[in-house]
Amino acid sequence: MTDTALAPPQPPVKHSAVRASRLTDPAVGVWLAALAVTLLGWLVVTLDGGTFFSRANIVVILSNCVALGLVAVGQTAVILTGSLDLSVAYLIGLGTLVAAETMESGSVFGAILMVLALSAAVGLANGLVVTGLKVNAFIATLGTGFILRGWIEDNYTGPAGKVPASFQRLGYDRIGPVPVSVFLLVAVALALWVLLKHTRLGHHMYATGGDEHAARLSGVRTRRTVVLAHVLCSLCVGAAALFLASRLGAGAPWAGTEARYDLESIAAVVLGGTVLAGGRGGVAGTLGGVLVLAVLDSVFNQLSVDPFFKNVVRGVVIIAAVALYARRGSRRSA
Amino acid sequence: MTTTADATTANQPAPHRRIAAALGTGAPVYGLLVVLLLALALTDPGFYEPDRFLAFVKRAAPLVILAAGQYLVIVSGEFDLSVGAIVTAGVVVAAELYGSFPEAAWLVVTLALLLGGAVVGLVNGLISTALRVPSFITTLGMMLILEGAVFYWTGGSPHGSLPEGFRALGRGTAFGWLPWAVLACLAAGGLAFWLMRSDFGRTLIATGDSERTAALAGVRVHRVRIIAFVLSGVAAALAAVLVGGFSGVSAQAGRGLEFEAITAVVLGGVVLGGGRGSVVAAMAGAFSLQALFTLLNLQGVSGALESTVQGFIVIAAVGLGAADFSRLRRRRHSSPGGTPS
Repeated sequence: MTDTALAPPQPPVKHSAVRASRLTDPAVGVWLAALAVTLLGWLVVTLDGGTFFSRANIVVILSNCVALGLVAVGQTAVILTGSLDLSVAYLIGLGTLVAAETMESGSVFGAILMVLALSAAVGLANGLVVTGLKVNAFIATLGTGFILRGWIEDNYTGPAGKVPASFQRLGYDRIGPVPVSVFLLVAVALALWVLLKHTRLGHHMYATGGDEHAARLSGVRTRRTVVLAHVLCSLCVGAAALFLASRLGAGAPWAGTEARYDLESIAAVVLGGTVLAGGRGGVAGTLGGVLVLAVLDSVFNQLSVDPFFKNVVRGVVIIAAVALYARRGSRRSA
Repeated sequence: MTTTADATTANQPAPHRRIAAALGTGAPVYGLLVVLLLALALTDPGFYEPDRFLAFVKRAAPLVILAAGQYLVIVSGEFDLSVGAIVTAGVVVAAELYGSFPEAAWLVVTLALLLGGAVVGLVNGLISTALRVPSFITTLGMMLILEGAVFYWTGGSPHGSLPEGFRALGRGTAFGWLPWAVLACLAAGGLAFWLMRSDFGRTLIATGDSERTAALAGVRVHRVRIIAFVLSGVAAALAAVLVGGFSGVSAQAGRGLEFEAITAVVLGGVVLGGGRGSVVAAMAGAFSLQALFTLLNLQGVSGALESTVQGFIVIAAVGLGAADFSRLRRRRHSSPGGTPS
């Protein structure tokens, strides 16, 4: 138990025997699923008389990935550590407001710093409440979410501030069919991937999530690890808020809650094969999960399916996918 | 698994500790409730006039019933995030039923809703146990499915209205003074209390405490958990009947109720992850939450800041509970093998 929890994640070994087992790795599975969903979507949309691989549609899919992707990548870090963050939706709303208002009166650079500082502070608060006060992460982050919500409701009644055109380029510019914001997502995801797989902090995060007690007995400073995971998550959420601010052109108080980023991001993480109890999974799978959700969304839009029916299918897909993982990884307990 | 009362009779500790043990992990919530009720009395001297106090209990009834149902699921080591969606779906479905059959008896519609809640709970339970999907995901998916399906069915905006006969349970009174909702709340609370005293309650707590130990001891873990989910679904449907009667048809009827119910249960000292806490404390948690809302209203805290205060108090109360709880447990058990929260 202790050994498996503490062993650093093995780098993929290129033996044929190992390769067969890698197919059952959820991270690989979810990318295959994303591929299957894309092909199926292409088939269905083409039969319906539309074009799925049009440039416009690819741009829509990719930019839909960015906001949820940034949040979900951050959420991966906390969930791996055995925690959870339900405050992300309100942090996004507050982040867009702070960004837009600071940019209206001051510099873009200052606004970015402000949003990241705010995010880090919220993450720090989350982490300290979870570790210091020993409040269950579910309740702790729900509580900070409520606090942020009250702050938003008390100070803002609707969209506020204005994002200058120069910063809106982050949301709208693209290179070929690829929006530049995708590079932001890739950069953040890559940074977190390196951190998780190749640094001591990352290994400590896996160990803490796998078995906190064992990790602590082995000398891991589990509290500090959990706090840092929360700060990392909130920084990713801050990046998502900056992206949404540039996309919307103004601060939107309910940008996060309307899209339900709190629950959607957790769904994307679990869809990507990360175990909700912590200790197993990774960023690569999460990105696959985000892609599956975005492609599904786009297919439904093209077929002009009722938006409420979309939710039904989404719920079924999430449950079915996780049921599939549970069957495959029957040895693991979660 | 052994109730705290058993542990104390065994070693006869000091009286103050015996009281603490009798209150169990819920001790902080009773304190919180007393403080809030005193504060209410000070803010508003008329608060304890019978009809106003009963009105307060009536408003609290749906949350108390939801908390009792949620407790059963949480103490067995699972989550139920779908209860808010069940409330919304219940209200909307009732309105639609009356749209198609205006003459339907209220009892038939109520029973249909309760049956529907049981079916949703059964599905939740089967997926979470037989298919081994974590219940957080199962019930999250169920929430999306229910909300999506209901609005798809009604074309986005629920319409129709509920007749007086049906709404009586939510806002009518028995004998001219006792709201039906209070009776429903008492009945549900009594049932939950009796249930937790029965064999089923003990096996439920054993399951949440250690699934493997319970299974080895002969508990049918899956069946116990499925029953907990079914009961939670039924409780949510009952709450839907009360909410529908009290405030009418709305697409927002149940929004956020799942988080309120979980907060209430945790406020009652019940440990997320299962195995510890009492149902009475969970319901006291629901009353505390409602008293807090009422107090904030009376104090004139602007509606906006209300959630900020709520957030602070919930974190503080749970933090306090967690601190007390770990100290009590360390004293009572010598083995440190606890689940880190």
